[in-house]
Amino acid sequence: MTLPYRPIALGLLAIAFSALVFQRAQAGGSHYYPPVSDPVVKEECGSCHLAFPPSMLPASSWKRMMGELTNHFGDDASVDPATAKHITNYLLSNAGDSGGRRESDKLLRGTSPSKAPLRITELARWVKEHREVPAWEWQHKEVRSKANCLACHAGAERGDYDD
Amino acid sequence: MKPHAHKQPGMLLLAAMLALASTTTRAAPRDELLAGYAAAAKTADPAFAGFSAARGDAFHRQSFAGGKADTPACTSCHAKDPRTSGRTPAGKAIDPVALSASPGRYADPAKVEKWFKRNCKDVLGRQCTAQEKGDWLSFMISQ
Repeated sequence: MTLPYRPIALGLLAIAFSALVFQRAQAGGSHYYPPVSDPVVKEECGSCHLAFPPSMLPASSWKRMMGELTNHFGDDASVDPATAKHITNYLLSNAGDSGGRRESDKLLRGTSPSKAPLRITELARWVKEHREVPAWEWQHKEVRSKANCLACHAGAERGDYDD
Repeated sequence: MKPHAHKQPGMLLLAAMLALASTTTRAAPRDELLAGYAAAAKTADPAFAGFSAARGDAFHRQSFAGGKADTPACTSCHAKDPRTSGRTPAGKAIDPVALSASPGRYADPAKVEKWFKRNCKDVLGRQCTAQEKGDWLSFMISQ
């Protein structure tokens, strides 16, 4: 009995290839930051702006931010103490320097956690990644703010920040 | 067959009662909210004669000088037409504020109060009065 080796080999190759593509798609490409999954955090941190992934800043930053919510980039975003505690716990346990996060390691390279930066858009790596975006694009009426990730990264709400 | 025929009207009645009960509980939070604002407005001004959706409409579009420079009016973030989406300064879309366009709105009194507290401070530089809240809410519920 002769097996049709060629078709079988081609078929296996096709399956291997699609598995690879699927895996990448599932991981959201190479710039993947898990989106906020906690409903309270999503509601409280995602009404005015995208609920930024906690893995984009070190724990020290989140601690500082939650400590000064009455002046949150000029807004009073204070919440009741129980909610604040819940949010802080979530942010700290999912922070970028909480270990084993390859993308965060890259994003936070060159950033000292002791400085506790508050703006993701001021991280050295963020600035480098966005250096080619011209000024007029930031001022575009559909963008308006560097915090508006979704204007350019269509998959941002799913954690996908590929180009 | 007999017991079944007997049972069905009972079941129908039960279902109808349940349906009625669920619609009343769903409508209740908004009515309670308005009743609370009405009571407070009456205390503040004994001449208070009910809320006005037309006044709420005007309030929604009015510009104020007491709040933050970049948000002088409700319409700085919410759309002028309450049935369409608005947008925050950070670029995030806000669901329409008209009840007809966002049927889930105003069902949680704590959430309504939370946003009045934040937004009145940003727009007017003070807390809104019960009359202002009731007028605005009446307008949005009518839309």
